[in-house]
Amino acid sequence: MELQVLLLFMIFAAIAAVEIEDLLSSVIAVGAVGLGLSLVFLILKAPDLAITQLVVEILCLIILIRATINKDLPLIRDGRWIFNTFSTLLFVALFLIFAYFALKELPIFGQPIMRVAKEYIEKGLEKTGATNIVAAIILDFRGYDTLGEATILFTAVMAVLAVIRKVGRINEK
Amino acid sequence: MKNKKEVGMTVIVKTITRLTVGLILLYGIYIVLHGHLSPGGGFAGGVIIALSFIHLMLAFGREVALKKLSQASASILESLGAIMFLGIAILGFIGGYFFLNFFLHKGKPFALFSAGIIPLCNIAICLKVGAGLFAIFAALVLFKGSDEK
Amino acid sequence: MNGYSEYMLCFMLFCIGLYCVLRKRNIIKIIIGLGIIEYAVNLFFVLVGYRSHGRAPILAKDQTILNMVDPLPQALVLTSIVIGLAVTALIVAIAIRIYEKYGTFDITKIRRLRG
Repeated sequence: MELQVLLLFMIFAAIAAVEIEDLLSSVIAVGAVGLGLSLVFLILKAPDLAITQLVVEILCLIILIRATINKDLPLIRDGRWIFNTFSTLLFVALFLIFAYFALKELPIFGQPIMRVAKEYIEKGLEKTGATNIVAAIILDFRGYDTLGEATILFTAVMAVLAVIRKVGRINEK
Repeated sequence: MKNKKEVGMTVIVKTITRLTVGLILLYGIYIVLHGHLSPGGGFAGGVIIALSFIHLMLAFGREVALKKLSQASASILESLGAIMFLGIAILGFIGGYFFLNFFLHKGKPFALFSAGIIPLCNIAICLKVGAGLFAIFAALVLFKGSDEK
Repeated sequence: MNGYSEYMLCFMLFCIGLYCVLRKRNIIKIIIGLGIIEYAVNLFFVLVGYRSHGRAPILAKDQTILNMVDPLPQALVLTSIVIGLAVTALIVAIAIRIYEKYGTFDITKIRRLRG
């Protein structure tokens, strides 16, 4: 019951974020969606994810506000909007068709198929000695994926520092 | 006669920052170290530690924060975290395969020094994520383009 | 159809983000739409692995817990959240550079001006 109410709140905040003209207000609305998601993770019994989503949301808000702090937006709606509307409706309809076929294959909400996870839950404590099963999975059973994730973070940091670097003024005469 | 320009935010924000920034850093270290016993882990703890330094920079201006953790030392710390994580992974080749735990005991459950290599991996990931996100933020905020002279 | 209402709300959130990416002309609005799509995808993963009246996947002292929720999707989503933050920071850095070079955030004008 609380889950549906929180999901409806997230949908309303997302509609507000998409439609509001002022940039600062829509960034704050996206922050509301992220905080609602953190509460939903807590209701779905995932405390690791709730902590991580909350602090990552705060950092994402700070970076987005930095990008919009003193930039204005005069928007003109140009031509070619018939083609734009038609292609948008086409893609949304395509996604909904595939979602309908996928929904028939999913198990009912609340009864998951846990084939691999049964092994991890039963043998987790005696094989690794950690009592947090999610930490044991990401660092001991599936440590290779965490290595790939660390590589992605390293590449992203290098790319940001390379894009922001001040280009030398050679051709200033 | 001193005419220093006022940087950062108002006096109220500066006073509260002085009281709480040490507690935020301590809370981040607690979440990292107890990553194998209670929810949290390296990623959440690293982001909280980065947030404490960002809080210092937002309230007091850039010079004060860069004196505590300069951009060069942030780069060194991030590379150190990445090398430590990769080193722990490759050291497992001595025992047999990737990420094998052969030099630390499993210990008793619910104790702080237990679970083999998982606390070391948590510390390495915390260093990498925290220093990397602080370097991104320092570069984005201090970026003065040609329109802000 | 009443066992699937949470899944349908999650798909509606994805459609709102998709509409925002395809239809808006401001780069910051496109970044906001990408963020909403990423929230919807993470939410869907965790929704698949939920067990009714389950417990969090953390062992407690002197208790044997029989009904835990699925911990495997949670491990996947944990890294996905931090990767999403890194990608958002990179897109924002590129957007700041574009604003400094062209003077506008409008994507139709960026096509016509050749620096």
